[in-house]
Amino acid sequence: MNKSWWKILAIVLVLFSIIGGFLFHVPAKPILNESIRNIHFHVPMWFAMITMLAVSFVYSIKYLNKGNENDDLMAVESANVGIVFGILGLITGMIWANFTWGEPWSNDPKQNSSAIALLIYMAYLVLRNSMDEEQKRGKISSVYNVFAFPIMVVLLFVLPRMTDSLHPGNGGNPGFNTKDMAPELRPVFYPACLGWILVSLWITNLRFRIRKQENLNS
Amino acid sequence: MTLIHQIKFLIRKEIMLEWRSRYALNGILLYVVSTVFVCYLSFREISNPPTWNALFWIIMLFASVNAITKSFMQESRGRQLYYYTIAGPHAIIISKIIYNVLLMLLLSIIALGFYSLVFKNPVGDPLFYMLAVVLGSISFASVFTMISGIASKAGNGGALMAILSFPVVIPLLLVLIKLSKNALDGLDRAVSYDEIAILLAINVIVITTSLLLFPYLWRD
Repeated sequence: MNKSWWKILAIVLVLFSIIGGFLFHVPAKPILNESIRNIHFHVPMWFAMITMLAVSFVYSIKYLNKGNENDDLMAVESANVGIVFGILGLITGMIWANFTWGEPWSNDPKQNSSAIALLIYMAYLVLRNSMDEEQKRGKISSVYNVFAFPIMVVLLFVLPRMTDSLHPGNGGNPGFNTKDMAPELRPVFYPACLGWILVSLWITNLRFRIRKQENLNS
Repeated sequence: MTLIHQIKFLIRKEIMLEWRSRYALNGILLYVVSTVFVCYLSFREISNPPTWNALFWIIMLFASVNAITKSFMQESRGRQLYYYTIAGPHAIIISKIIYNVLLMLLLSIIALGFYSLVFKNPVGDPLFYMLAVVLGSISFASVFTMISGIASKAGNGGALMAILSFPVVIPLLLVLIKLSKNALDGLDRAVSYDEIAILLAINVIVITTSLLLFPYLWRD
């Protein structure tokens, strides 16, 4: 029981963010209108993805240093979960963009960058699957993972800030900035982010344990 | 042997090996020239400068992937073991990167020359465009060298190289296209300092991570 407090916290936070996200009062802004509620679902997906990819990066470094097979499993499972959350982030973003910017794919730098980031991690999975021998596979894919992560950080956090973007915080968006996000959104937004990050950690943990069990059986 | 001595020695070896056969060099030069010619025959003329710029970088991208894929794959396992006994991993990766930078510089200058010959050159600030091309060669060489090492260790060449390198190189390509577009339009040079700084920063990151990671990749 005392070990599962964070899982309970995750459920509570996500449930709260779903209820709060749909029911609480939101500021009425032109163009955004009620679609601003999506911020409680779209943005946390990206936070969860970045967290999981960072976890994957850390475990890859650990694997390269120590050579413990479990670290490699953790790295690949967190990358898997990161990709799933990235795809969810893209989908929620595209639905939102369809209503506010007029089309699902609006050639926005952040949108393009996140699609490329997903490509990098899919390439990581392809690289893993191209090898059979476990140690070699773990080592080479960890090297690629560690090599690609800093470039992905530049891609996601530096490049979009250099050009105009439809996303807030970069260019002319009529609604809001990350800096002056409406105060009534914050009590739902922050718990939503934390909740989804915890959920992603939980899923990774489960997948890691399943994978470890499979390895033991085979 | 000290590190610098080893690096010098290895670069000399790469150049000598290449000069003896001239197979890879001639092959890749022919590749660039025929790609440009194919583009010329299919486009005939490009009236839109951004298209001119984008097409040039796409040709460069494919040519450099092809040129650098070879850098680890052409060497047999036995020869790699031999290098392991005479030089450290840092010397090997640095020498490969420097050699590939030289190769890419040669390649891109020839490509740019031939490209401007067949398609009329609309560049407003040629000197600055050259700087973009030089920075591009360095960046491509540094990224692709490490990826080619990874792909060759994974044991199946060409296809994996493209899959692994394209997403990683796209950020560089975006900045390069923007920088060269500024030069193309003949904008004030101060406008592009941001892009140059970003390119140099990415290169520093890539080369340091290569240096840190290559020893792990090398060890079997």
